[in-house]
Amino acid sequence: MTQRRSFEIGTGLFILLGFAALGYLATQTTSLANYRQGPTYALKARFTNIGQLKLRAPVKVAGVRIGSVQTIELEPDRLEALVTLAIDKRFSQLPDDSAAAVFTSGLLGDQYVALQPGGSPEMFKDGDEVVLTQSSMQLEELIGKYLVGGNSPGKNEKDDAKASGTN
Amino acid sequence: MTTPRSNGVFGSGLAEIGAIGLFLLSVLSAVPRSLRYLRETVRQVYFIGAMSLVIIATCGLFVGMVLGLQLYYVLSKFGGTAALGSVVSLSLYRELGPVVTALLFAGRAGTSITAEIGLMRATDQLSAMEMMAVDPLAYVVTPRFLAGILAMPLLACIFNLMGILGAHVVGVSWLGLDNGTFWSNMTDSVDVWTDVINGVWKSLVFGGVVTLLAAFQGYTTAPTSEGVAYATTRTVVYSAIATLAIDFLMTAFLM
Repeated sequence: MTQRRSFEIGTGLFILLGFAALGYLATQTTSLANYRQGPTYALKARFTNIGQLKLRAPVKVAGVRIGSVQTIELEPDRLEALVTLAIDKRFSQLPDDSAAAVFTSGLLGDQYVALQPGGSPEMFKDGDEVVLTQSSMQLEELIGKYLVGGNSPGKNEKDDAKASGTN
Repeated sequence: MTTPRSNGVFGSGLAEIGAIGLFLLSVLSAVPRSLRYLRETVRQVYFIGAMSLVIIATCGLFVGMVLGLQLYYVLSKFGGTAALGSVVSLSLYRELGPVVTALLFAGRAGTSITAEIGLMRATDQLSAMEMMAVDPLAYVVTPRFLAGILAMPLLACIFNLMGILGAHVVGVSWLGLDNGTFWSNMTDSVDVWTDVINGVWKSLVFGGVVTLLAAFQGYTTAPTSEGVAYATTRTVVYSAIATLAIDFLMTAFLM
């Protein structure tokens, strides 16, 4: 009888331990761990090009994660990407002239949204829009600009002038 | 299927594969009948799962430590030691966890299943069960098969956990990698479904394959001490080959 009890207890412990390991691996070592954030507030940002930015990509200030990308939509009228950022409520002291940029972590890493704090005394509120944005750097675009710019520098300057004029 | 092979010499490989396929079908058809012997399944989970825990956990720890050392050495050449956590966890979840656990499981639990069932065959216990109207497939083979399918993913998860722990000890405590970098790189690059759950699927299949092969070798062994010895050896050889071959197929499909 005691032997039977001992293997039943052993089996139960083993199964518990196994599922606990699975639970730990699934929730603490994967992207699910990044869900573990308290109440958040939303910020919107428009980008002309978001590159490979994905849902749940991190939002960082000074390299520290403060939130994640919640939705990515294409605005039908302006044909720009409208990105909603869910920022942790703990980081509510973001000046409302902060700039958002899409960066790549490392040489080959995933893309993330970096917020560069400005100097305004006013802080962002829930639902505000980040006006100053910088789109993701496209390697092909940079190479193309470099090649074109190398051949005829005047044309490149003209393009830049035209682009700033339309903005 | 109930007649044992007359000797250790088996015919063509095709006949062997066909026999294993038929054996799988009869084991699956015996599953509803084996529900009467649920306690036997629990006992088998203890013997082939819980008793394998120590070897799996120890090996997982050392595999993680070796991975940590080797990858740190390689990654430091590219200035990418920050990626240690994610590389270790991805290689454990996707490949090493399921495969190494299956190989260890074949050595620890598979051989004991073959030897036990083979000895039952050699001492005519299986025939005696049939005589008493107890289906040996439902009472002996199927509980081990089900226990293998249940125990293997749990063992693989424990192996992975110990591996991460080992890599953490080497990378963070010994080599001075930043703790936050280790974990945040891991959480940024590991996905639950494509990495963790795919590994669980793999180990589920490996558990079924290893226990099926082990039970088949024991069930069809030549009823001599030499036959049992050969059957035990074949269990390890076939399990290793089948595990790696199925691993390749599953990786190709689950990618």
